[in-house]
Amino acid sequence: MIKAVMVINTLGKPRLSKFYEFQPAEKQQELIRHVYAVLSSRPDNVSNFIRSLGTVFGPDTRLVYKHYATLYFVFLFDNSENELAMLDLIQVFVETLDKCFKSVCELDVVFNYSKMHTILDEIILGGQVLETDSVEVMRAVEEISKLESTTSAGTMINKSIPSWWAR
Amino acid sequence: MNPFSSATRLRDMIRAIRACKTAAEERGVVRKECAAIRAAISENDQDYRHRNLAKLMFIHMLGYPTHFGQMECLKLIASPGFPEKRIGYLGLMLLLDERQEVLMLVTNSIKQDLNHTNQYIVGLALCALGNIGSAEMARDLAPEVERLLKFRDPNIRKKAALCSIRIIKKVPDLAENFINPAASLLSEKHHGVLITGVQLCVDLCKVSTEALEHFRKKCTDGLVKLMRDLANSPYAPEYDISGITDPFLQIKLLRLLRALGQDDADASDTMNDILAQVATKTESNKNAGNAILYECVAAIMSVEDNGGLRVLAINILGRFLSNRDNNIRYVALNMLMKALAVDSQAVQRHRTTILECVKDSDPSIRKRAVELVYLLVNETNVKPMTKELIEYLETSDPEFRGDLTAKICSIVEKFSPEKIWYIDQMLKVLSEAGNDVKDEVWHSLIVVITNASNLHGYAVRSLYRAVQEAGEQETLVRVAIWCIGEYGDMLVNSAGRLHIEEPLTVTEFDAVDVVEISFKSHSFDLTTRSICLIALLKLSSRFPSCSQRINDIIIQYKGSFVLELQQRAIEFNSIIERHQNIRSLLVERMPVLDEATHSGRKAGSVPAAVSTSQGVSVNLPNGAPRPSAAPLVDLLDLSSDDVPVRSSSGGDFLQDLLGVDLVPVSSQSGTNQAQKSGTDVLLDLLSIGTPLANSSPSTTQVSPSNVDAKSPVDLLDRLSSPSAPSVQVCTPAGSSPMLDLLNGFPSSPPISVTEGNGPAYPSIVAFESNSLKLTFNFLKQPGNPQTTLIEASFINKSQEVLTNFIFQAAVPKFLQLHLDPASGNMLPANSNGSITQKLKLTNSQHGKKSLVMRIRIAYKVNNKDVVEEGQINNFPRDL
Repeated sequence: MIKAVMVINTLGKPRLSKFYEFQPAEKQQELIRHVYAVLSSRPDNVSNFIRSLGTVFGPDTRLVYKHYATLYFVFLFDNSENELAMLDLIQVFVETLDKCFKSVCELDVVFNYSKMHTILDEIILGGQVLETDSVEVMRAVEEISKLESTTSAGTMINKSIPSWWAR
Repeated sequence: MNPFSSATRLRDMIRAIRACKTAAEERGVVRKECAAIRAAISENDQDYRHRNLAKLMFIHMLGYPTHFGQMECLKLIASPGFPEKRIGYLGLMLLLDERQEVLMLVTNSIKQDLNHTNQYIVGLALCALGNIGSAEMARDLAPEVERLLKFRDPNIRKKAALCSIRIIKKVPDLAENFINPAASLLSEKHHGVLITGVQLCVDLCKVSTEALEHFRKKCTDGLVKLMRDLANSPYAPEYDISGITDPFLQIKLLRLLRALGQDDADASDTMNDILAQVATKTESNKNAGNAILYECVAAIMSVEDNGGLRVLAINILGRFLSNRDNNIRYVALNMLMKALAVDSQAVQRHRTTILECVKDSDPSIRKRAVELVYLLVNETNVKPMTKELIEYLETSDPEFRGDLTAKICSIVEKFSPEKIWYIDQMLKVLSEAGNDVKDEVWHSLIVVITNASNLHGYAVRSLYRAVQEAGEQETLVRVAIWCIGEYGDMLVNSAGRLHIEEPLTVTEFDAVDVVEISFKSHSFDLTTRSICLIALLKLSSRFPSCSQRINDIIIQYKGSFVLELQQRAIEFNSIIERHQNIRSLLVERMPVLDEATHSGRKAGSVPAAVSTSQGVSVNLPNGAPRPSAAPLVDLLDLSSDDVPVRSSSGGDFLQDLLGVDLVPVSSQSGTNQAQKSGTDVLLDLLSIGTPLANSSPSTTQVSPSNVDAKSPVDLLDRLSSPSAPSVQVCTPAGSSPMLDLLNGFPSSPPISVTEGNGPAYPSIVAFESNSLKLTFNFLKQPGNPQTTLIEASFINKSQEVLTNFIFQAAVPKFLQLHLDPASGNMLPANSNGSITQKLKLTNSQHGKKSLVMRIRIAYKVNNKDVVEEGQINNFPRDL
């Protein structure tokens, strides 16, 4: 199963983190820092897999990452997942973000992180792959956005809703 | 409306946080926001609850505490609107976890939402349950989830399927309820549902053998057909990833087939064809295709044996190894390592390609490859493999060399067919990367060399050649110098030359040159230089013509700031100059080092070869301070404790190299007796020098004719018979033999320091006034740590003679003091003599309190009474 998904920028700031196996908040931060330390010291021409990750997760935890512009996309998972498939899943995730945000950049990720979560929840659920077709994911996310704006239009809390769908 | 609710919007807060220049500034902004949110919470503000939680989630991601927002999640979930529920569930998944009791409160809300008419709300509830559901929730909500597996909308069905995985993981007992629904999911046409259904089946198989059996019987054929359809299916754009049909589904299907085929011949049989088809037909020029192939290989390795398929699978991995993509090579190496256990023959066939990977540009791949190569080496291929690896060593990265040399050495050690090959290979490794190898490596090389008696000459000559070319590799130099010291004569006279060797002309002068250069090199550490010094001593005896030159070199180090070198230089100088007659015996060739003992030590266990000496070693001459019954005692070690060498990296082993087996001492019952007076083993050995010099009748018995050169213990054996009587004679003389040895510096204080068997303590100046100086020397009796013997010596610094000298001392109650009579009561002027007096102090609080003493000194100067008083607080600790 997938144990965690992280998006960290190249300066080490977490931009998205979701843990599918319980970790206390301090551990989460420690892990993010640790992963960043490992990633930032890796040269470009090496494989996208990392095995030894310390003791926060079990010894069998692997890490796959991809580096896009200023962001690292990181998936942590155990031996029941296929490493190469995880690499493709990162690709699916990023493609979906790209479609949702029309060429995604770090700023989109920062300001729309709750939408990021919605997208991620349509791709991975409870550490398992839910959907791999970015069109399908898009459709679900758009449905949710539509539903949210119509419901909220009738209520008085319009002003307080983060305006992520109204870009 | 409360004053805080009009606070910043989410977007503004993010902007403010992003604008912060320092971490402290960021903390400030977050603190302010958190205060506002807390205030809003306590006001029970409804309007901004939703926005506040969104902010909290952001703050949580940055790593700040957000527990106070947990109840807000529950309130939002319970509210009717979709936006509130959505944020509420998001917050629930991020801020809460299954361990918190608050979670119990949400079960009911989730239950209601699972039955909601709005399918998106049902989706939210399923998602939350699937991510953080606890065992209790799983039990309570399982029926709802089970029902949702048949929901009309596929999006809900697939979420319910994954949610079921969480449920059966939390409560495996519930698995049987899900077997039939899961099986029916396998006949779904909708891709998303199918992929989640397959995953559910995989996890059911893990927790329930019943499920495994069921799927094996009922579903294997269907799954195989499904797989075949996928593999043969024409282009289906929506699930294609770079031209491969739905790789994720294929991978999950293969994973399920693997679970079903494992340990079951029938099921394996059913799926052999399709596995073969996938393995041969899948395109391998894209990552997606390779992912499928990789999964297929894993499946083939796990299902019941079919030789042909396995070879096919390992060949796929072999092909992966030459792929341009690092990731593919990386996973291939991992899989090959597993495959080795299944079919090592097939893996061996790809040896050359694997060896290539050792040279990969990616360090993580190199590391894997070296590990794999290590597993691949066996008796038959060790020579070519080692050759390749050593050749590569020349060009490898410095940081990779440590790993690589460790592996090479261990391969060579494990599979070496003969000793000469071992020595050759190790020499190559040391010449190439001598600075990167661990100590065990050169230690064991020395052990091997001493054990190969026919190769001594060959080894020393090869080492000599190697040092000429790679003199900067420290471990190589150590081994070479050690061997030159031991077998220097064979270096010069080419004794035992093998027919494969090229002739080598080395003069005695050249040999000493090599040692001298290394000795004086500043880049080498103490261990190396100590080895050099000992080699010099040995050479001084082996090459009499160089003896004077060596002595000159050694003399230069009598003033070395490095205590170890200084001490050895003084001792060796003394041996060379004053003890010609025993020098050749002292520097005899080392006995053969016991391989078993050495490898035992390497493995971290206590050497087992001590049994014969157990009884004796307890009262070994100078063995008292050593905690265990160490069989080897440092022969040349004057100060029985506090040996600098021991703390250097060479540690124990060095001691062995310098040491000699003292077992035969057992025959020297007479000497053992003598040891009680605190003489050192070297004294025993050297004390024979006194009677010899006194033309004792035993001289003839010590003649070399007695020597049995093969016996490792000959040195002491030879000494034992004549020395026993002579030692008896000379011990009453106390430290005279010691003085004899050390008389290069008659007044040296080390005598008293080293005399004792217990730990040595430095002398202190206990008291000093204008006219008097009082020095304390300490002595501990072995086995009686509480008692300290103090030798007080008084020196008169003034111009006048002091008479009627009386020294008095007082101590606190935890101490007991016994004063012996002083050696006199008159102190000559101008430090021209001393009074000594012995004190015995017993410290009943040993280890807790240090010694302390008040003193009173009375004397007459020019017939005038003078009293001096003082307190001594500067005793060494632990006395």
